[in-house]
Amino acid sequence: MQIKPFRLSLLGLSLLIPAALCAVVLFLLIFSAQAIGFNGFGFITRVIWNLGDLYGDPVTVRGVLVPNGANYGIAVFIVGTLLSSAIAILIAVPLSVGAAIFLAEAVPQKIRPALSMLVELVAVVPSVVFGLWGIAVLVPFIGTMLGPVISKYLGFIPFFAGGDSGGGYGLLAASVVLALMITPIIATTLLDALLQVPKENRESAFALGATHFEVVSKAMMPMVRTTLIGGIVLALGRALGETMAVLMVSGGGLNILPNSIFSPISTIASFIVSQLDSAEGDPTNMAVRSLAEIALVLFIITLLTNAGAKLLTSGGLHVGKRK
Amino acid sequence: MSASASSVTARPAKPVRSAQEIRRVVTSKIGWIACGLALALVIGPLLDIVWVVAYNGASAFSPKLFTSSTPPAGVGLWNAIEGTFVISFLAMAVAVPIGVGAGIYLSEYGNNKLGNTIRFLSDVLTGTPSIVLGYFSYIVLVGGLGWGLAAPAGAVTIAILVVPYLARITELALRQVPVAMREAGFALGASEPTVVFKIILPGALSGVLTGALLALAISVGETAPLIYTAGFSSFPLDLANPVHSILHSQIGYLTYVIWSFIEQPDAASHALAFAAAFLVMLFVLAINIGVRLAVRRK
Repeated sequence: MQIKPFRLSLLGLSLLIPAALCAVVLFLLIFSAQAIGFNGFGFITRVIWNLGDLYGDPVTVRGVLVPNGANYGIAVFIVGTLLSSAIAILIAVPLSVGAAIFLAEAVPQKIRPALSMLVELVAVVPSVVFGLWGIAVLVPFIGTMLGPVISKYLGFIPFFAGGDSGGGYGLLAASVVLALMITPIIATTLLDALLQVPKENRESAFALGATHFEVVSKAMMPMVRTTLIGGIVLALGRALGETMAVLMVSGGGLNILPNSIFSPISTIASFIVSQLDSAEGDPTNMAVRSLAEIALVLFIITLLTNAGAKLLTSGGLHVGKRK
Repeated sequence: MSASASSVTARPAKPVRSAQEIRRVVTSKIGWIACGLALALVIGPLLDIVWVVAYNGASAFSPKLFTSSTPPAGVGLWNAIEGTFVISFLAMAVAVPIGVGAGIYLSEYGNNKLGNTIRFLSDVLTGTPSIVLGYFSYIVLVGGLGWGLAAPAGAVTIAILVVPYLARITELALRQVPVAMREAGFALGASEPTVVFKIILPGALSGVLTGALLALAISVGETAPLIYTAGFSSFPLDLANPVHSILHSQIGYLTYVIWSFIEQPDAASHALAFAAAFLVMLFVLAINIGVRLAVRRK
């Protein structure tokens, strides 16, 4: 075979992408190997994150040098991550389904592009600006209005009690911000799918005497179900890895599992940012290595989620474009 | 004519709706209202974010923002504006050649197993949380290679983040160029590089530029991957020795100002945070709206 330098150089450039990915995984693995050995499987089930005595002499535990009393467990952050993302999905799905249906069917063709552009623009607002808005608007709103109302009328449900603790910072604020950030992902995916449902399917439903809303909810929605689920899982992947907005409004809970929607929490991503400073104070480096192990755990969680989304959407609906 | 006229006059009274029909109609009405509300709840917060940021940002606006640095060095944002520019420029300088090159390969020669593998891994990289990339750079670039907290480590992290987007958008743009144009080029005896650089890339230039602009918007709005790679400094670049300053000292950027200053207790810091958010939002929204309007017009 003839060697083509032009193709080879382009191939070299594109191979940098897989190379970067492999480097990320490989170096996180190598760097955290000692921590993985020290922490064992209990890493993901222990509740306590304790850096130990950073100023005393380090001690040797299980063959590695660590600060006296160091004990790393990330159950709190895994629970915080999964819980905030799950609540965000619960809020985001009805909102984005409703918004997509309204955009696809109820809005005049002339203003649809403008409105769908607004929905897309929600996705480009930087995470840190969402956090800023969360601190300036959402947290006071939850702290002074929504929180007291929820705990007054829904307080009998165990997880909804304890309204004003934290003044609005906590699980609920983090979930609402996450929900806002991921609605455009679900809504635009669903809108594209709804606009591709064949004209014949809509018309036959109309011909059977269905109302316009029944046409959408009973004839069109079932056809786009797979795409919708794919979009939701994709949005979940984004929510799990979100850092700044969550960090700013979540209240930064440590060492205690959330017991109400107002509890302060930390997610894996926000914990990495907030703790690296203190971890750097560890002379044995074990805290920094354990943070690398957390990053690896987050990578694996999002990888599995995104792979799930990919599997769901690749088998998705292939239908002709509606005229 | 007369038959149709008589049928109009003889039309029976409007049929009475059954209870079930009424229920269906009412359910539909409620359904539409719920959907409309949902749309309002999606767009409403965006408008509120824009309003809150624009209102507070505009009231904090003064020429001092562009002449003075962040506290304690001054009362403005100049070091952060400058730093955001430096980091984004470096990131684009690394990412655009790689992303566009990868996009060309995937579009022109990537219809095989290797191409599919690269595409898949590129998607995986897109889905990787930015903080994981930031942590990777922290241990490998900042610590391992000894680059220290400075603009290069931050810029490379941002580049890793945006290269998959660039490759994907470039690939899609190049695929829009008709095959006939490639064939015409080859028929005239042009070599592969000539066809790519003189025919395909110019034909897809607007698409490639779109990708580069969107990548620029992402890099200006990122925070998490920069905190432990670029660090932060309240002082502007040392203009006597700018290269050394960029390569070796910590550098300020706007998103960091938003994050850290809103958590300070005093109103002056909050004003700076909003002013920084205003600048970032203005830039990001201008690029995104501009690109969308330009694409729609075609």
